[in-house]
Amino acid sequence: MANTLFDKVWDSHVIEKIEDGPDVLFIDKHFIHEVTSPVAFVGLKNRGLKVMYPKRTFATADHNTPTLDQHLPIKDELSALQVKTLEKNCNEHGIDFWGLGHKKNGIVHVIGPENGITQPGLTIVCGDSHTSTHGAFGAIAFGIGTSEVEMVLACQSIMQQKPKKMRINVDGELNRHVTPKDVALFIISKLSSSGATGYFVEYSGRVFKEMSMEGRMTVCNLSIEMGARGGMIAPDNKTYEYLKGKEYAPKDQEWDKAIKYWSSLKTDEGAVFDKEYNFKGKDIEPMITYGTNPGMAIPISKSIPSSETSDSKTSYKKALDYMEFNEGDLMIGKKIDYVFLGSCTNGRIEDFRVFASLIKGRRKSDSVDAWLVPGSHKVLKSIKDEGILDILTDSGFKLREPGCSACLAMNDDKIPKGKYAVSTTNRNFEGRQGPGARTLLASPLVAAATAITGKITDPREII
Amino acid sequence: MAYDKFEILKSTAVPLNIDNVDTDQIIPARFLKATERKGFGDNLFRDWRYNSDGKAIDSFPLNNPNYKGKILIAGKNFGCGSSREHAVWAIYDYGFRVVVSSFFADIFKNNCLNIGVLPIQVSDSFLLEIFSQINKNSESLFEVNLENQEFIIKELNKKEVFKISLYKKGNMSNGYDDIDYLLNKKEDISRFANKFIV
Repeated sequence: MANTLFDKVWDSHVIEKIEDGPDVLFIDKHFIHEVTSPVAFVGLKNRGLKVMYPKRTFATADHNTPTLDQHLPIKDELSALQVKTLEKNCNEHGIDFWGLGHKKNGIVHVIGPENGITQPGLTIVCGDSHTSTHGAFGAIAFGIGTSEVEMVLACQSIMQQKPKKMRINVDGELNRHVTPKDVALFIISKLSSSGATGYFVEYSGRVFKEMSMEGRMTVCNLSIEMGARGGMIAPDNKTYEYLKGKEYAPKDQEWDKAIKYWSSLKTDEGAVFDKEYNFKGKDIEPMITYGTNPGMAIPISKSIPSSETSDSKTSYKKALDYMEFNEGDLMIGKKIDYVFLGSCTNGRIEDFRVFASLIKGRRKSDSVDAWLVPGSHKVLKSIKDEGILDILTDSGFKLREPGCSACLAMNDDKIPKGKYAVSTTNRNFEGRQGPGARTLLASPLVAAATAITGKITDPREII
Repeated sequence: MAYDKFEILKSTAVPLNIDNVDTDQIIPARFLKATERKGFGDNLFRDWRYNSDGKAIDSFPLNNPNYKGKILIAGKNFGCGSSREHAVWAIYDYGFRVVVSSFFADIFKNNCLNIGVLPIQVSDSFLLEIFSQINKNSESLFEVNLENQEFIIKELNKKEVFKISLYKKGNMSNGYDDIDYLLNKKEDISRFANKFIV
């Protein structure tokens, strides 16, 4: 029978199918961080349970950590306690903990892949919705709640209804200066922020084949923003190339065996999806959001569409009121106060390379505050090693230390009330980047162009 | 037993007629710093409920003294965004036991079922009827019958049947959770762990 990539990985991990109920799914790898794990450990303690397979769980501190002076104790008492609690829980249960100052520390969805923990064919979960990122390697990866974190710690499995299957094909070639982030925002704008709810997505077609691993991670990362449980891309030579030699990747004979298995992980000819979408690469332009969910995105050169195009007029009006934008406004030229480069969506080395390529030889606008936050210490090291830090410094930019930072503004990095931020992150929800902050999601290239001019700028105009 | 058994619930309801409510609105990230599951209800819908100076915003339904009850009625695509279970903890801690909408985000729905909040998906037209009934009379009573899988507008004697898997229904009505189930499967789980070696 012809199977999809998703079926192959899911079905091979089903421990039990409950009639009129969920599947019991075995979980290969589990990531935890300081925010969504403490209550799970309290649950274990209350039930008198131990972690079943501690070496299958990896812990990092990222959501709540400062991005300046990480060598000093965390000032915020509650944040400090949360990070300390994670460390204590990990020590107690024998889980590897990569805390502040550790050379493998960073955003959970950046460090998994860069250390080779993320591999094709695995089931990967984390108490964080952007776990979908790991699907770029042909893994089934998705976000879970804290009750499920407790399940994985206690039983290395969770109970989930098998989602429906969707395939999104983007064929042809991308236009110049159109990035993976633009591809993702384009797709979400077509499907809406709930268009893939109930589905697991496979991305296919030439555009994804030619995309780098970093780009694939950006696309899979944003799957949740259209409601999908996750998104995945079949592994290929690029995937193997990326993983080869990484610390946790298979070695020697194991590597050869792994490649053989990984090569079987693709959708068979004739396999059936519950839903399919087809787009053309040439139709995609640099994108930007104008509202308060990621589905409210348009090509940067266009003006804000009329409420008639929205299926929810009250929400549409509420969004524009919050942003203080009007129907028909042009996006280009709007004044911007902050630029944020970073997050599990766009905080990888490739994103910093792209950002640096545009700002090189130019000056940051004095009217813009720019926060540049690498996704991990490894990314930070590469930024230094590749000379990108010098380019940033010469252009008037400063670099911060790794973490989730202003993406969700749990730490001190909050965009002030009423200010506009062009952000390479994943959510433009009300108050996401700080109470009253106004977020416009875009690619690192649009963020760079905007940081130079102080207003929304089409990167194609200045490159 | 992980939470209270759910049987029949009769209650008035609080209307929140807004679509695409994300979990950052239900509980903003800055309130996720706790290490225990305590006190989240105070910050439920924090930035819609209170001004930046902490003053209650009268127009928000939770601040309207006419609206009370254990049922929250919400616009479609409720609970999208972040996987934070804290959103459901806040809803529960505030006193809600049922959330009704015409569409739920996946992770949010799972989180609800895992801690004993019943998410009830009704049709768009039935949702409108519920909103308009509360609009006419904020003291309107609603009944949730889990056994029969029915949501009833008492005054109109109108009902809609909702879906829930037999397994989850069993959990809700007995107050069990998934860990109770999984702990009995540990042998099968170890067999799998040997198959997928790290």
